Amino acid sequence: MTLEDIYRQEWGQVVATLIRVTGDWELAEECAQEAFAAALQRWPVDGLPDRPGAWLTTTARNRAIDWLRREAVGAAKMREVVALEDDQDPPYDVPDDRLRLMFTCCHPALAMEARVALTLRTLAGLSTAEIARAFLVPETTMSKRLTRAKQMIQHAGIPYRVPPAHLLPQRTPAVLAVLYLLFNEGYSDVVRSNLSGEAIRLARLLVQLMPDPEPVGLLALMLLHDARRDTRLADDGALVTLDDQDRSSWDHSQIKEGVDLLESALDRGAPGPYQVQAAIAACHATAPTAADTDWPQIAGLYAQLPQTPVVTLNRAVAIGMSDSPAVGLHLVEELSEGPLAGYHLLPATRADFLRRLERWPDAKTAYQEALELATTDAERLYLKKRLREVSVRS
Amino acid sequence: MICGDASATEYANDGCGGWSEEMEARGVVAGGAGLRPPHEATTVRVRDDELLLTDGPFAETKEQIGGFVLIDCADLDEAIEIASKHPAAGYGTIEIRPVLEPPV
Repeated sequence: MTLEDIYRQEWGQVVATLIRVTGDWELAEECAQEAFAAALQRWPVDGLPDRPGAWLTTTARNRAIDWLRREAVGAAKMREVVALEDDQDPPYDVPDDRLRLMFTCCHPALAMEARVALTLRTLAGLSTAEIARAFLVPETTMSKRLTRAKQMIQHAGIPYRVPPAHLLPQRTPAVLAVLYLLFNEGYSDVVRSNLSGEAIRLARLLVQLMPDPEPVGLLALMLLHDARRDTRLADDGALVTLDDQDRSSWDHSQIKEGVDLLESALDRGAPGPYQVQAAIAACHATAPTAADTDWPQIAGLYAQLPQTPVVTLNRAVAIGMSDSPAVGLHLVEELSEGPLAGYHLLPATRADFLRRLERWPDAKTAYQEALELATTDAERLYLKKRLREVSVRS
Repeated sequence: MICGDASATEYANDGCGGWSEEMEARGVVAGGAGLRPPHEATTVRVRDDELLLTDGPFAETKEQIGGFVLIDCADLDEAIEIASKHPAAGYGTIEIRPVLEPPV
């Protein structure tokens, strides 16, 4: 195990414990940083400690004691920090600290961007510079965002705890939303794919600490999407749709893990939007060929989700694919006046049904429309390919 | 309510240059506090029994500050709970703002 691995594995725990005992987020981070710096010097000489996490927490705690002594804070706080003994049943193994940290970072009183940044910094251990790069903002901006979020927690008194049971139905979705946003940030952009990896790692941690059906469903959803990651782009960078992806290149062991997790969640009989989305992803991921896709099942699953405009569009696609392209086209055209007007996937979907109906000139017009609205190079390259295909025939 | 733009922040710990002492002496101060900046605010609305939280202050334009209650409670969750039970949360907006701690 490299120091890098240990850092990634232990950072969140060390920070979470130090926040609990010192109540000071900045101090906790600084002391954790110093503990890892000390490890970098000592471990190559002294050898790896038996329990690196315990060593790091103890070292960080000692730094905190030094600091608190210098600042001469209250004796009660000192006792609390000193009581964090490393020989007996160690408090740093109490998993609740990281769960506490997760819920606190994702408190709904914080702005979404602050929740995301804070989760990446304190729990995942990404540096401020790394997070700034991932969200395309200057490092000073990200640093200010993090500082403000920590001040908000401290001054507004956001409690450092796992919320009591009556608040969990409201608070757990806030945590899941942050993790899923993080995943999608990385999934939609090759350059930032590390964010997806972080999101999966954090979702695994959440599931380990809180194995409720929806967290498990979210982890399953991420794994099922991520299993197809490498097949989504062609060599030239063009998007490859599900139809044309090389299914033999999907990560089948990861698909199996996702499906197993999903089944274990569904067995608990408390369905929710993440489990339903994971079930849809599982339908795609387990179909041996595109033609084997269980579209009626997918259409039924979309019907169970809150009917946002995008869900309605996806449901129309599923109905079209299970019924006929003409039906699909009709459903998609019905949506053109609504809130999806100007959304590139609307003409792209219409174009796809027109292509299946071999209405080449209409398909060509729709692909042109989609091309003008497309937002990424991968989509534009894909749409241009399609446009050439239908242009030849029209 | 004492107002100012972002540039007022640097004066937050300057005190009031004798104003407080004078007013205390005259006995007109019943209770109150300097407030931490608006970006540390949490706004609470209850609509159709659903609790809606927003970070930051309510929109400045139309809203009027109609009252000010100093609450001493354990943490933000308790403050949200108390605020969400106030009748004004059902028709107006309640902004929770931590009070400025006196400089150490």
